[in-house]
Amino acid sequence: MLKISDLKSAILLKGLALLALILFPLLVRNTSSVYLIRAAGTVGLYILLALGLNFTLGCAGLFDLGYIAFYALGAYTAAIGSIHGFSFWFNLVAAVAVSVSVRLLVGISILRLRGDYLAIVTMGFGEITRLTFNNLDFLTNGPKGLPRVGESIQAVQIFGYDLGRDPSNMGYYYLILIAICVAAVLSKRLEDSRWGRAWVAIREDEIAAELSGLPVAKLKLLAFTISSVFAGAAGAIFAHWERFVTPESFVFWESILIVAMIVLGGMGSIPGAILGAVLLAGSPQLLQASSDFFSRILGAGFINYRYLIFGLIMVFVVTFRPQGLLPSKRRRTELEELRVQS
Amino acid sequence: MFIQQLINGLTLGAIYSLIALGYTLVYGILRLINFAHSEVLMLGAFIGLGVLTFFPAAFQAGPLGLTTVFVLSMLGSGVLNMFIEKCAYRPLRHTLSLAPLISAIGISIILQNAVFLWITNQSQTFPEIVVPTNFSIGPATLNSLQLVILFTSLVLMVLLHLFIQKTKTGKAMRACADDLEAAALMGIDSNQIIGITFLVGGALGGAAGVLNGMYYGSIKYNLGFLPGVKAFTAAVLGGIGNIQGAVLGGFILGILEVAAAGYLPNGSEWKDVVAFVILIFVLLIRPTGILGEKIAEKV
Repeated sequence: MLKISDLKSAILLKGLALLALILFPLLVRNTSSVYLIRAAGTVGLYILLALGLNFTLGCAGLFDLGYIAFYALGAYTAAIGSIHGFSFWFNLVAAVAVSVSVRLLVGISILRLRGDYLAIVTMGFGEITRLTFNNLDFLTNGPKGLPRVGESIQAVQIFGYDLGRDPSNMGYYYLILIAICVAAVLSKRLEDSRWGRAWVAIREDEIAAELSGLPVAKLKLLAFTISSVFAGAAGAIFAHWERFVTPESFVFWESILIVAMIVLGGMGSIPGAILGAVLLAGSPQLLQASSDFFSRILGAGFINYRYLIFGLIMVFVVTFRPQGLLPSKRRRTELEELRVQS
Repeated sequence: MFIQQLINGLTLGAIYSLIALGYTLVYGILRLINFAHSEVLMLGAFIGLGVLTFFPAAFQAGPLGLTTVFVLSMLGSGVLNMFIEKCAYRPLRHTLSLAPLISAIGISIILQNAVFLWITNQSQTFPEIVVPTNFSIGPATLNSLQLVILFTSLVLMVLLHLFIQKTKTGKAMRACADDLEAAALMGIDSNQIIGITFLVGGALGGAAGVLNGMYYGSIKYNLGFLPGVKAFTAAVLGGIGNIQGAVLGGFILGILEVAAAGYLPNGSEWKDVVAFVILIFVLLIRPTGILGEKIAEKV
């Protein structure tokens, strides 16, 4: 039974965490740690992506290895839009629209495949998208990336305030923070909805779900498509923040990394997806940030070992906690029930 | 022109086939995509380079020297692959299906960075152990390097076929691929058989790594990724888990890639796209791959 006091403390905890996140840039802004704001923003974009993929992979259990392609579609749409003089808000909507419509078309044709076959086809699609951006010089300027010489991607303007003016990246940090809050609330509402329960049913046993009268094909397509809303939006923010996009940012490796975030955090768990993103996207940066401390203990050159350590962390976590760091409540109760029965 | 493309395609396809066999053997038994296989391939190439660097006598020894390089590199990669299985996959065998994938990615990062940090982060020239001489076949030319690649792969494939079909261990491997639990109940030590499967798969990957190094003339810590992904594509194309399928898929992919590079406008830029487009279409029309069997869904 969930007690009222538990609920209260959970809300209090979340409120405190949010407060800390809001205050954080103001505290480090004038210190030498100002780069942390930028690092946190980058991690934030990964959180958005992980929350998005969580619908496909975490909730519905569809193994998608080409998710980064939809981030790329969002980023390139926004970049091209901005070069032609459209505002961030218009580009944001356009990026989401492009990302969603492509994902819908892809989903209609490939979602009847299952498991590893779905994985390989989405991987193929991801690589096709990247290579196409790489080769369509007239549209995307190929490997050199957008913008071309003489063009530029505009910074985000909110009510006339230019986010690019503050070199500490604080404006973008808050923009991404707001986007994450919206995404998290949306994810939570969807997870608890009829759709959310249906997705979990499909993930656990597709045939049983079908026999219980669920429109499995439609529901899978829905989860698959909703994922791209987040990817498209994150892509638009990325393009307007970096003001430079190349195909290099959207390699297969990135798709794998996002899958790893979700599995590491716990499939279908929203806090899990966030934690996974923070750990995997943040740990190379954190290891870099703390390298002064570690190089004093372990000797210079430690900084080069950060990816090696990152790999070791992945193997250890998954070996000792294969259900993920923060498994979803639903799954945890299932596992506990099983234990009681057996 | 056509014959020339065919020869180049077969050469490339032979390398893909060898790598694809490593994926398919493992998948056949454990239903696991061994993402670290591309790193096994890369380390195979580095072991080959190491042997050639420390024993320059291998250059003078002709075919015997070449065989030594292959045997040592295959042994090294095979043992490495077996070790990966023991550390990263075995503890996770009875867990959620995606956990071993994450662990494989972790291993992949570790191995790449180990080479990057402790061996070299630069591209290394792979010594020319086979001096290329050209033979002409009608309008086309076949060089001795391509001949060595084709010959080596064919020998290895025949050996694999004999091993799986004729030996007792091979029979046990087939039994495990059919049904791991039932095989264990019949007294087959499934852990040992899985270990051997990784050994064999890794050895083939190591040989492919050396061939890859010889073919392109240079090796680097991240060389495994692209051939790895393409060989995996080839394995799925042929029907993953199916040994003949992996060989067939590898050759088809190699030939199509070379043909796309040769015949399409701007083809060398688009050849990878063509490979993936074909893969998607094959899977949409025939989701189990060309030679894959349809597995009935169980409730």
